[in-house]
Amino acid sequence: MHRHFDEELKQLKGELERMAALAQSAITEAAAALRNRDGAAAQRVIDSDVRMDSLELVIDDKCLDLIALHQPMARDLRFITTAIKLNAELERIGDLAVDVAQRALELAGKPELKPLVDIPKLADIAVRMTGQAIEAFLKSDVALAKKVILSDSEADELKRAVERELIHDYMMKDGATADRAVPLLLTARHLERVCDHAVSMAEDIVYMVSAVVVRHHPEELQ
Amino acid sequence: MHDLNVDYERQMNAEGFHPSLVKGPVGINTNSLGESDTFGLEPKITARGVNFYYGSKRALNNINISFAQRRVTAIIGPSGCGKSTFIRLLNRMHELVPGARLEGEILLDGLDIVSPACDAAELRKRVGMVFQKPNPFPKTVFENIAYGLEVNGETDKRVIEEKVVDSLKKAALWGEIKDRLRDSALGLSGGQQQRLCIARCLAVSPEVLLFDEPCASLDPISTGKIEELILELKKDYTIIIVTHNMQQAARVSDRTAFFLMGDLIEEGRTDNIFKAPRDRRTEDYITGRFG
Repeated sequence: MHRHFDEELKQLKGELERMAALAQSAITEAAAALRNRDGAAAQRVIDSDVRMDSLELVIDDKCLDLIALHQPMARDLRFITTAIKLNAELERIGDLAVDVAQRALELAGKPELKPLVDIPKLADIAVRMTGQAIEAFLKSDVALAKKVILSDSEADELKRAVERELIHDYMMKDGATADRAVPLLLTARHLERVCDHAVSMAEDIVYMVSAVVVRHHPEELQ
Repeated sequence: MHDLNVDYERQMNAEGFHPSLVKGPVGINTNSLGESDTFGLEPKITARGVNFYYGSKRALNNINISFAQRRVTAIIGPSGCGKSTFIRLLNRMHELVPGARLEGEILLDGLDIVSPACDAAELRKRVGMVFQKPNPFPKTVFENIAYGLEVNGETDKRVIEEKVVDSLKKAALWGEIKDRLRDSALGLSGGQQQRLCIARCLAVSPEVLLFDEPCASLDPISTGKIEELILELKKDYTIIIVTHNMQQAARVSDRTAFFLMGDLIEEGRTDNIFKAPRDRRTEDYITGRFG
């Protein structure tokens, strides 16, 4: 049976796809700008964030309309409540991409402290996890969502390695490196936070598809 | 002994409703025997292996379900799925239908109400029913409630008065009509008439209240009052409500049972049923994809 409501859900999914594409593009370009010390590319990421901000409001409004007008149940309810959460997570990923771009812009104007090794790796993980979380949403793929959740420790370890290196090998030895080491420390922190948001998205997607709450319930991942 | 429910039934029949019109083709049984969670309480009502026939037509297939004391259970399902048929078994209203036949057992506090040893009129005092359309008698407000007490042998006018007032208060109607007790009940609004019918049930001190789409003919304000009343009444009574309104089921019930083509498909906590039903057919029904 055709339902107008299904059309509206489809439109909502389309809007979320757009939001996801913008978030993925923002974090990918911010990571590239950092790696390439490309200030212009970093500025483009910063300037494009306004598109995500306005789309976030459109999606939120759409979700509230659907709840108020259709009183959805079961999988429809789970889809819409998940959409609200994913929308917020994607917007935060967009903001963190801006944060990374701002650090890239800042670092592009200064001499290179050291060749970047772990931060590009961390950026790759953040881009990959975001992309996988989005793919898991689009395909309702619980296995992929769980893979995203379980891969978070990789990002945490890399961030700690970056912190150790920058603090012990640079800042503690030579305080004058702080103006370049601190932006790198913050960058690692931003990228690790992107990974956390990808994990939150993945947890929401598992609930959306299978109605199982895995957030704060790691045993449910088995 | 005079039987209030039979009086209501006659009135329903006069309005063109007859349970034999309910369709219920044979389906595959996928009931939830043993699943009913009665919140750690002894179940008030338990149906075991219940089959029901209108003549040769099977309307219910091997229904197994328990209803917890002082909880609200909503029964949902498309028209003709057997939900009204089922709750009518719980106070043996089906016996008024020629050719109707029941198999299995239905226990009220552990006693089999289907057994010939169980008196139907006594049972219907314990298990009251409120119908879809308010059906007050063409009498005064007071007489509508006093009637059930009088036909059950109460002669003390003071006791009757007390019970009338008490029932109207419990039905959240006293404040609105305390000055109209001698007016015709037919002059009340639809919502007030329905609450009067609930008060009429309460007057004979039932333990279980069956509601068969009690808000189907009411406006949203009156519906809201009936729903609030149900939430109040569940403190003292076991309530089973048949409803087509999903939001109403979600708002007022602790547990929900989904019937389809005579089968009990799924029964569980209401929040689980409406967030994550286990059976695809339940999900298709509550999300409006059914059919």
